[in-house]
Amino acid sequence: MAMLEVEDLNVRFYTEDGVVKATNDLSYRVEAGERFGVVGESGAGKSVTSLALMRLIDEPGVIESGEIRFKGRNLLEMDEKEMRELRGNEIAMIFQDAETALNPSYTVGEQISEAIRYHLGLDEAAARERAIETLESVGIPSAAQRYSDYPHEFSGGMQQRVVIAIALSCDPDLIIADEPTTALDVTIEAQILELLEEIATEFDTAIQLITHDLGVVAEFCDRVMVMYAGHPVEMAPVEDVYYDPQHPYTVGLMSSIPRIGDDRDRLQTIPGRMPDLIEMPPGCNFHPRCPYAEESCTRVEPPLVDVETGEPADPINSDAQAAACLAHTGELSGELDYEVTVRGEDDPAVPGDAPSSAGVSDR
Amino acid sequence: MSGSEPLLRVEGLEKYYESESDFIDRLLGRQQNVKAVDGVSFEINEGETLGLVGESGCGKSSIGRSILRLREPTAGSVYFKGQDITTLSDSELRDLRKEMQIIFQNPQSSLNPRLTVNDIIGEALDIHGIESGVSRDARIKELLDRVGLNASHANRYPHEFSGGQLQRIGIARALAVDPDFIVCDEPVSALDVSVQAQILNLLEDLQDELGIAYLFIAHDLSVVEHIADEIAVMYLGKIAEIGSPEELFAPPQHPYTEALLSAIPEPDPLWEGDRILLEGSVPSPIDPPSGCKFHTRCPRVIPPADYDFEQSEWRAVMSLRHRTREADIAVETFDAGEAALMESLRDELDLPPTLSDPEAEEVVQEALRLVADEEFARAASLLEETFETPCSTDEPVLRETDAGRVACHLFDPAYESGPTRGTPTDDGSAAGSATSDD
Amino acid sequence: MSSETSQRTTERGRIRVSGFDVERVESRDPLSSWEPDLQSEAGRGRLEYAWQRFKRNRLALFGAATIVFMVLLAVFSRPISLPNGFPVLAGQTVQPFSLAPADPANQDVLTGYREPTLENLFSGTATGLYLFGADWAGRDILSRVMYGGRWSLSIGFIAVAMALLVGIPLGSIAGYYGGKVDEIIMRLVDLLYAFPFIVLAIAVIAVLGRGYWEMILALVVVGWLPYARIIRGEILSVKENEYVTAAKALGSRDRSIITRHILPNAMAPVIVQATLSIGTTVLVAAALGFIGLGLSPASAEWGVMLNVEQDAIARGRWWAGLFPGLAIFVFVMAINLVGDGVRDAFDPQGDQSDTDTGGLR
Ligand SMILES: Nc1ncnc2c1ncn2[C@@H]1O[C@H](COP(=O)(O)OP(=O)(O)OP(=O)(O)O)[C@@H](O)[C@H]1O
Ligand code: SF4
Ligand code: SF4
Ligand SMILES: [Mg+2]
Repeated sequence: MAMLEVEDLNVRFYTEDGVVKATNDLSYRVEAGERFGVVGESGAGKSVTSLALMRLIDEPGVIESGEIRFKGRNLLEMDEKEMRELRGNEIAMIFQDAETALNPSYTVGEQISEAIRYHLGLDEAAARERAIETLESVGIPSAAQRYSDYPHEFSGGMQQRVVIAIALSCDPDLIIADEPTTALDVTIEAQILELLEEIATEFDTAIQLITHDLGVVAEFCDRVMVMYAGHPVEMAPVEDVYYDPQHPYTVGLMSSIPRIGDDRDRLQTIPGRMPDLIEMPPGCNFHPRCPYAEESCTRVEPPLVDVETGEPADPINSDAQAAACLAHTGELSGELDYEVTVRGEDDPAVPGDAPSSAGVSDR
Repeated sequence: MSGSEPLLRVEGLEKYYESESDFIDRLLGRQQNVKAVDGVSFEINEGETLGLVGESGCGKSSIGRSILRLREPTAGSVYFKGQDITTLSDSELRDLRKEMQIIFQNPQSSLNPRLTVNDIIGEALDIHGIESGVSRDARIKELLDRVGLNASHANRYPHEFSGGQLQRIGIARALAVDPDFIVCDEPVSALDVSVQAQILNLLEDLQDELGIAYLFIAHDLSVVEHIADEIAVMYLGKIAEIGSPEELFAPPQHPYTEALLSAIPEPDPLWEGDRILLEGSVPSPIDPPSGCKFHTRCPRVIPPADYDFEQSEWRAVMSLRHRTREADIAVETFDAGEAALMESLRDELDLPPTLSDPEAEEVVQEALRLVADEEFARAASLLEETFETPCSTDEPVLRETDAGRVACHLFDPAYESGPTRGTPTDDGSAAGSATSDD
Repeated sequence: MSSETSQRTTERGRIRVSGFDVERVESRDPLSSWEPDLQSEAGRGRLEYAWQRFKRNRLALFGAATIVFMVLLAVFSRPISLPNGFPVLAGQTVQPFSLAPADPANQDVLTGYREPTLENLFSGTATGLYLFGADWAGRDILSRVMYGGRWSLSIGFIAVAMALLVGIPLGSIAGYYGGKVDEIIMRLVDLLYAFPFIVLAIAVIAVLGRGYWEMILALVVVGWLPYARIIRGEILSVKENEYVTAAKALGSRDRSIITRHILPNAMAPVIVQATLSIGTTVLVAAALGFIGLGLSPASAEWGVMLNVEQDAIARGRWWAGLFPGLAIFVFVMAINLVGDGVRDAFDPQGDQSDTDTGGLR
């Protein structure tokens, strides 16, 4: 059993304009010590997913159905008190905007030691000591001195370190990092990613990293889930997603990023934009933007299937690459005839995998 | 490059802001300047793109706005088609607005929420009396069409559009006056990956069709590399390196460019470049470091010739120097006892237990003792006087190298330690052609 | 299934996707009838949006209806004739209706006070129905309260409108240009703010003397301050918006930038404040009337009516004070309901307030 198992999670927001289907039958797992990436463009439902894990979905949102099992216990059946103990203690969260995540009227030290006192029940002096240790471990120089500084006296990168320190202070087993580096400069981003990496190895903490940056995912994650319009469209180990993507949306994302060192004149990008989650296209939600779409795509909603076998995927128990596209269920008459080549490798496609076009013909 | 006058030539541009201060400070003349742009020169040719990259707060936007005189430059000249626009009167400036335009980062805040798309784009036409009546509507339709929007959307309000669509409207507004030059201030930073690519493609198409030149400001090197013909890398209000993408990246010469490039996460799981992690963050532009502004963080800062340092040791000593000057070491929090204190100080500062050069070691020990007594000023001056480096005393200027122009002493034959990597300047004459800062 | 044997590399830009042919999407006919919707329904501006929200607020609507009712009563209480010197329709009656049961000036000094009664409802007397009773001079209080609305309400509306006319331009100039102008205007505001509202108004009346326009002037002198302050603050943040920079970059003139781009986006809090302060202005006018600095004692302004009847109330003639007081209360209450409604309508949960000040950390 994996540490975190999410099964058929459905989150809905009942707004004035209609029902927002923020996540749809979302299933995945995160192993202990694993680094799991969630990628997608804005509005794909990434943040809702992570808030749901913390049971922090607010009005008018509801977790409609599904199960979130953390170490075997279903979070959705816990009462508020149990949940509070879990939050920050076993599951911690890091947000994009460090500045608003910190309370401007308390010193950073107080904020960390408060979390420690609350969760670990230490006395003031011990909590202070532990807070300073934690600040040191996230690379804040002169931690003891900076303990009594206020958040505004820190730069953006340092604030993010403080937020990470708060998340770390109680030694959680899972950290949910929601775009932790998006607001930072690349040089600072590199520092923060390095820090997260150190933490993950040193404390054996699992990290669920949410981002829209394919570079960050490639660098940081072991396994990836690609989300589109509230659906998981592809789930696989990170190498597979990059060298052998099996869903047209993933492919589109890959081809729309400018990469240093490639000399393309034009970026082959996905036309249009993500639909709002109230009124989604019928069948495959991606069909209005998909170059491979056919008539059947407008009728059948493609399930997440194992791309090898075409059988329904089991993201909770299996590592196999899964994608939600009719090409893998045999209902698409055409082929996904894109090609992914890796310069400097003899075999253009995935090592050890047959056709160079990722096409999956009828089975 | 044609030998004639470039479309835009910026010379020694400076933009200082007064730092926030209250009434009393102003009365007492205790005003401090934020040197957002500190002597920047570059050229942009017709139909070409200059990419401007740098971390936040390094003065990119200030350059973009000063060029258009949306903020008055503090000093320097901006020649557009040979004419110095910093001397233009208001009405001359208004005419110039037809030729130079700007698009913005935040699609939401760059369009007036109370005007329809029609009014937003039409405003440009009205101000300059370009079209009116039926042909005005036709022109607006044409513009919307050109940026890939449905002309039937002209009567809608901005809040009904998505970010990418809003950015297209912003581009249409800039195009309305048929400009020759557009400042693009982070036009894709707020957009999703696929939409970002759409906008980049659109900008490139427009350049091909209409021959518009861009100053493309971004913090993302890979975006700039994709779109620019020439790239300028900025650090704290100055250009560190400027050259074509090939010159800049193969391999990067300036230590800052090198670090910036190495920090970009590559979307390739098997990529394992060497990360150059810079220490700390960009210093405050109110009181920037002396000499080379990058010397407080530069991993390749030049060691003094008289001592025999390893590069990493020297970096650590430089950091010690910097922190003593800022009095930024909390001595009281370390263990008591001199030996233990020394050890933990060295630990905190990443100094090895002993330096490879015994003479240097003595000096550093002396300095650490002073630090232990909280005599920061004396420690700082001791370090500064003993270990001299051109990096903290002389300001590097942009010099021609065989791959672009670089502002770093490593590439200046006048400093004998010379480049440790890359090729030295082929002959000294190149120095003269480098644009110098004021 | 990926083989870990793949060589690690330091080369960038290795992965290349080809054959992802997006032209196909653009060139084919839509596969389904699904259309990428715009983000909301067609052509609804923010103002219209605010109105939609306001309409849904029952309390605010009730307040608005009450105000309209009171205004109608005031307007139609007695006929209105234009003065003889008026440029058009001089001397003619433009409003012939007379809803008030009696002329509010009709006296019956001999009888004096009368308790409120229903008995005249069908018979009627020349001097009124006395539904609300009569005052010391035997004047019908109902008629006077209806008619007095003309003074009380118009003072509220006119004083606020004039205060806006002073406050908005001054605040706009201060906010937009900044620097010395700003310093001068805002120091003046600070200075005037240093006096209590009512003291300042009293001082002005002491200098100018009593009267309708004098009263309005006194209210304007103190009334423009909050608008100037609010609009200045609002403009400081609105002018940071990039659409203002864009307008400058297009060569717009300052006046057009202020009126077209800045003011419309800075008005919402001023409108809210103005609505709410109609109520306070009416209250202050009444207070001035009550302490004898308002209109002439013969007028039917509500505050004045209270003043005149001070002693009577103490002596148990409650009706003489109750009805004018109630009128003030109902009106101010209604205005506050509307004001709150307006505020909520303009501010759907902290709508947008992100401003980039470009300031230092
Ligand atoms: N109006 C202003 N008043 C005072 N200081 C300012 C002002 N505008 C910018 N600055 C300062 O000038 C410096 C450069 O600002 P600028 O906006 O040009 O940076 P930037 O490179 O565009 O940063 P970002 O990537 O965050 O947009 C910063 O230190 C900033 O705080
Ligand atoms: S199911 Fe059809 S529309 Fe959806 S991704 Fe696959 S090919 Fe494209
Ligand atoms: S001049 Fe010195 S400090 Fe500056 S970049 Fe070159 S080596 Fe580094
Ligand atoms: Mg900027």
